[in-house]
Amino acid sequence: MLKAMISRIKQGYRTYPFPAKQPVMPERFRGRPILHYDKCNKCRMCEKNCPTGAIVFRDNKVCVDLGKCIFCGKCMQICSNNVIEFSKNYRLTANRRDDLLISDAEVKLAQAIDKESQRIFGRSLKLRQVSAGGCNACEADTNVLTTLTYDLSRFGIQFVASPRHADGILVTGPVTENMKLALKKTYDAIPAPKFVIAVGACAISGGIYAGHSEVNDGINGIVSVDLYIPGCPPHPYTILDGLITFLGRYNSSAVKPGGDGR
Amino acid sequence: MSRQLLTIYNCKTADISALPNLEINDFRNTVISRVDEGMRIASLFGMPVDNNIVKLIAVLADDNQGLLHLTSTDVKESYPSLTPDCPQAHWFEREIAEQFGICPNGHPWLKPIRFHRSYTGQDVWKRSADLPIQPSVTNFFRVEGSEIHEVAVGPVHAGIIEPGHFRFQCSGENILHLEISLGYQHRGIERQMAGSPHKRSIHYIETAAGDTTIGHTMTYCHILESLAGCSVPARAQMLRGIALELERLANHTGDLGALAGDIGYLPTASFCGRIRGDFLNMTAILCGNRFGRSFVMPGGTVFDLEKKHIDDLRKRLAEALKDVTNAAGCLWTTPSVLSRFDDTGILTERTCKELGIVGPPARASGLQCDCRYNFASGIFQFQQIPVATWGTGDVFARAYVRWLEIQHSAAFINSVLDIMTPGQIQTNVAPAAPNKIVAAMTEGWRGEICHTAITDSSGKLVRYKIVDPSFHNWAGLAVVMRNQQISDFPLCNKSFNLSYCGHDL
Repeated sequence: MLKAMISRIKQGYRTYPFPAKQPVMPERFRGRPILHYDKCNKCRMCEKNCPTGAIVFRDNKVCVDLGKCIFCGKCMQICSNNVIEFSKNYRLTANRRDDLLISDAEVKLAQAIDKESQRIFGRSLKLRQVSAGGCNACEADTNVLTTLTYDLSRFGIQFVASPRHADGILVTGPVTENMKLALKKTYDAIPAPKFVIAVGACAISGGIYAGHSEVNDGINGIVSVDLYIPGCPPHPYTILDGLITFLGRYNSSAVKPGGDGR
Repeated sequence: MSRQLLTIYNCKTADISALPNLEINDFRNTVISRVDEGMRIASLFGMPVDNNIVKLIAVLADDNQGLLHLTSTDVKESYPSLTPDCPQAHWFEREIAEQFGICPNGHPWLKPIRFHRSYTGQDVWKRSADLPIQPSVTNFFRVEGSEIHEVAVGPVHAGIIEPGHFRFQCSGENILHLEISLGYQHRGIERQMAGSPHKRSIHYIETAAGDTTIGHTMTYCHILESLAGCSVPARAQMLRGIALELERLANHTGDLGALAGDIGYLPTASFCGRIRGDFLNMTAILCGNRFGRSFVMPGGTVFDLEKKHIDDLRKRLAEALKDVTNAAGCLWTTPSVLSRFDDTGILTERTCKELGIVGPPARASGLQCDCRYNFASGIFQFQQIPVATWGTGDVFARAYVRWLEIQHSAAFINSVLDIMTPGQIQTNVAPAAPNKIVAAMTEGWRGEICHTAITDSSGKLVRYKIVDPSFHNWAGLAVVMRNQQISDFPLCNKSFNLSYCGHDL
């Protein structure tokens, strides 16, 4: 017992004061892409080499679909003109599938739920997680939010064992044929009103598995989605930012620049 | 007597014409007798040759000699099963039956393992082509009796875990038998790997088991590099070794925390949950991604480490090692922890050998099986890591082997950082040579990862076979649960911590 207490003192206080203090992302982190249209010579090499078809040309202009992007950086490596640049901006969440398409238009980040919903869920949101073909990366970086670095429960968000106790469902994976029924049953078992959160390129679009007969290209068309959190996998701060933005708990005016980014 | 085996070193290529093609009985006897002599089935898979014939290829690992022995046979519709004489083959034969509709006659428990349609249109179980195949809708082993009850768990579990179905036959609290039914995560990766390399190939490999990105991707790169006959720069091999050991450090640390969590010992559970993240963040120094995505590429690595990164890595590694030493130390000195770990879920050395168990569970049962030592490739040929073993085969042993490996991995990374020579990190990889076969093995954090590839006359990969360590080890978990309390299942399960998607691919 004494040893555990001494250990507790040695290990120290480790919860990062997010979102009041911004995390510092790794130097090589690939976050929200920035497109430099003036440099583009329309060679379309990025489009040809993208493994998931995330790069599309609209009105002869390059656009990146964050719902499909796995942030592998291939387009950045292949482009001789540095048109596509991955910034360190980890805030990627959107409410609508269309808002994930990055172009030169204004960035549309997710909006908070309405005031009445915020009153009900803002300080207590219980989620049921279902992995439906996920590779255990999205799952792991969702699970890590419950560790003391992120301490998800201080926002009143908790992952629960039973769908009957849940206010919503957080889905990862491309929805394999073999998980489709279990996912639907879990969704149906959650009392309405309920939220659906899609985490990762797989859950949003099928990701790297899009088009396989063994999967359903994500949860669109199976249940309607309230919040999209893109990435492969999304960084834990991307997921956490998505959840608290959704609940109206992200107060951008109170945000300070970051520390050591742990 | 004709030659029965093609013998190669790990990651070495041979002509497909050199692969012996035996009569089925010869093939059977060869595999069974070699396994009796102590070799392991690292891989056993089918490859369609034409419409009716499927070639079965076996990759046998000789841990003592560090050699891989390959052999093959052609089968049609059915063949006499190896499993009754060689239990290691049981899961592989079920996979072959499911993928190609080839029946291993005499297999004692022939059921699908992933629940998908066969690739050939033939179905061993004569299921209707009009009805959907539903996962886990199949016969289960049942114990009958008035005192017996059955517990069914999954596919959706209580926590944030991948899906799988577990069927327990219990007498009171006592488990008589556990049967594990998987396939929920099946994404069809192997089928899509045919025709590689294409632009999605490396990403399939990176996410085959997303928590083992470096292990699988290194193995895939070894295959392509061997087929191209190119040698990877020393610095890139060092960087890969660092990434592989960081992956092991993160996951082993997470496992120690999760084991503590499952017995309600919260200090280590919460410390290790955080420290695991510190190791993942070190991988992110390398490549920007916590799971090592886009780091290893054919011919080398995508990124280099500059001096400031090396200094940062060294500092963070020292801090994290200090913290994990402290956190793990709480486990080994707390009687209530040891009383739960000791003698729980014992896997004997004999069972390990019979089932072909790999990785930390095998080493925890006293087996000296570690690809970094027995089948050293890349940097491990020059910078050795001691093999960590323990003899008791229980949850304690599986936990303690992880702790030993954490120390070895940290020491390895430090020693590699010391000797990092300047130089290139990439080399060009030529197109793969035609009509070759190659097998590559890497010691991932869960154990032996074995990939086998065969190229056609144009140098495309016509068959790419992935064996994740979990493919061997799920049977081990089922066996250790016999005569354990059902309340010990989470603890035993965590002590194996197997991959669902790595199995289901």
